[in-house]
Amino acid sequence: MNLAAADSPGDHLPTVRFREPQIEMAHGAGGKASRRLVEGLFAPLLFSSSSEPLGDAAHLDFGGTRIAITTDSFVVKPLTFPGGSIGELAVNGTVNDLAVSGARAEAMVVTYVLEAGLPSPVLEAEVRAMGNAARKAGVTIAGGDTKVVEHGKADSMYITTTGIGRPLHRLNIDPRSVRPGDRILLSGPIGDHGITILLARGELDLEADLRSDTRSILPLVEELVKVAAPGIRWMRDPTRGGVATSLNELVRDCGFGVVLQEEMIPLHDAVRGACELLGLDPLHIANEGQFLAVVSPEYADAALNALSLAPGGEDAQIIGEVREQPSGAVLVTTRYGGSRIVDMLVGDPLPRIC
Amino acid sequence: MKFVDEFRDPEVITKTSEEIRRLAHPNRHYRIMEVCGGHTHAIYRFGLKDLLPSNIELIHGPGCPVCVLPMGRIDDGLSIAQQPDVIFAAFGDMMRVPGTQGSPLEHKARGMDVRIVYSPSDALKLARTNPDKHVMFFAIGFETTAPSTALTLGRAKTQGIHNFSVFCNHVTIIPAIRAILDSPDMRIDAFIGPGHVSTVIGCRPYEWIAKNENKPVAVSGFEPLDILQSIVMVLRQLKADEARIENQYKRVVPWEGNRAALRAMADVFELRPYFEWRGLGFISQSALRIRESYAEWDAEQRFHIPGVRVTDPKAAQCGEVLKGVLKPHQCKLFSKECTPEHPIGALMVSSEGSCAAYFNYEHRKTAMVTSIASVA
Repeated sequence: MNLAAADSPGDHLPTVRFREPQIEMAHGAGGKASRRLVEGLFAPLLFSSSSEPLGDAAHLDFGGTRIAITTDSFVVKPLTFPGGSIGELAVNGTVNDLAVSGARAEAMVVTYVLEAGLPSPVLEAEVRAMGNAARKAGVTIAGGDTKVVEHGKADSMYITTTGIGRPLHRLNIDPRSVRPGDRILLSGPIGDHGITILLARGELDLEADLRSDTRSILPLVEELVKVAAPGIRWMRDPTRGGVATSLNELVRDCGFGVVLQEEMIPLHDAVRGACELLGLDPLHIANEGQFLAVVSPEYADAALNALSLAPGGEDAQIIGEVREQPSGAVLVTTRYGGSRIVDMLVGDPLPRIC
Repeated sequence: MKFVDEFRDPEVITKTSEEIRRLAHPNRHYRIMEVCGGHTHAIYRFGLKDLLPSNIELIHGPGCPVCVLPMGRIDDGLSIAQQPDVIFAAFGDMMRVPGTQGSPLEHKARGMDVRIVYSPSDALKLARTNPDKHVMFFAIGFETTAPSTALTLGRAKTQGIHNFSVFCNHVTIIPAIRAILDSPDMRIDAFIGPGHVSTVIGCRPYEWIAKNENKPVAVSGFEPLDILQSIVMVLRQLKADEARIENQYKRVVPWEGNRAALRAMADVFELRPYFEWRGLGFISQSALRIRESYAEWDAEQRFHIPGVRVTDPKAAQCGEVLKGVLKPHQCKLFSKECTPEHPIGALMVSSEGSCAAYFNYEHRKTAMVTSIASVA
């Protein structure tokens, strides 16, 4: 191989830094391994022209017309669970990714990958769930595609949704605009979705009165934008990897630190109890109907007020703030004066044994 | 959540922390070992070091069952699972522990049938629902988990479930504490005794530590206040120049232990003459094996086991960290070659391993304080 030729002037070789021998479950868990895969393999080969921090949706400009676009795949197991199902999740997930990028979802296309042998009523129920969720969120489903694979080669059904949206006015969402003193706003209690799924799998003999929080967060985001648009610096829906992973991505992208007050983080007792029993940190548990926002201090009170008054935002809280230190890290302080660093999720949360 | 909130009450915690400051003599350095990995995790998780004066040093003990397992045992277990129609079942904590050819999770990604179970009886259930497969449960843990393995083996026998076996790696805590005290480079003033193990064995087995070694022990719960109160207990004893066993975790730990659990263990297990511990080497009568009467359910008797001894990577200092001679960050590989994502030693894997706990909750905090100090 002639390396010199490849190095000739003007020949811009992307650097693939991803060197892991095989794909593990952790690469799909939304934490550190996922980030290494995206930044080390996908970004250099597929979108090397952009140096923007990776967000939930891309905002593109076509001769003055701005659109936001995003895509998301859903492989949840079991297909239905208290509070929702894969179809509803597939619509809300994409609507929410657009919402936290500062855009209102307008249309989406859907891909179904189905396993041969899937009972038709199961599929019908999910298609109905998608239709209902789309109507509720005010988004048009404009088309789709179906593929079927042999029995045993997929697990019932997978859904991919790709959505386009219209940017909301007067918003500049960019982690690089975040400054020390900015407040961290959380829309409601965390961990409901992840713990609901864990319990719905029936592998643990635990029962709790808990439902997934899956919903469109667009109405809440719009309430926030109405009163605090100039103060909104960053938003994210803390899905896989939870609040801890989203905030660790923020501190990496903005270069400052985040300090959270543990007692301010809204949490249902059932989630707290399950996490205590299983040795999990609620900050690492997935959500499907909440969002985090960084708001400048002068807009923080108005933002919290607007969210608290909106239906579904009653439990919103300011959970912490951006500080110079610890730069690049998320620190959680407790009421009794202890503190700990909370990192991104590594692998999948695993329970303790003693 | 009444069961934890009273043990995290800020006012009581502040008072207890002040009491510790009063009791600790400013000219003396205290080395207190928390034996159990659950305590190590809680100390970092709740940031308890922030509440202690700097002359109280907490030494992390050997009570993390995943951490003390030598790599050869993991290879042995995985070699059984490489045989056709075998399901490898283990607790989640085991899944990322590296063997020489990778962890159970990496084997799973390559096609091995590896399942996470939350109890041995879940593994037995798996055997019942997969009659054409053999389910091998990779059993680990101290006296905390050994009784449930014993009960499960008893059930397999009475129910006549023959496609199930246990690869037994159960160890016992007392010989490990003895090995630590016998180690010449160890100087420990007092112990925080393990809470969960003691629910089974009770407090009596620790009495020799006070009598023969003259060290105070406080058997402790796992909430912030539990651990701080236990520190108060041992400091009071040290101040009065006493050494006895105190039970801080009375709400859970009976002094005499749990006789039914001990009986179940005795029915199924017997002591191995010796067993290898990572970092501590071979310790006599420190582990359990399955009795002859349960041979059919003993993976070691049922399958051919290579039994290869694998030494840890030379540069890794897991042994020194396990014994408390080194702090996690003093190991040459810490946070460089060895991280929770790419663990070289098991201490970096389990949430109860001191390296993982230190890495996750402390090390950047310390780095941050150092950088602030160096600026100032």
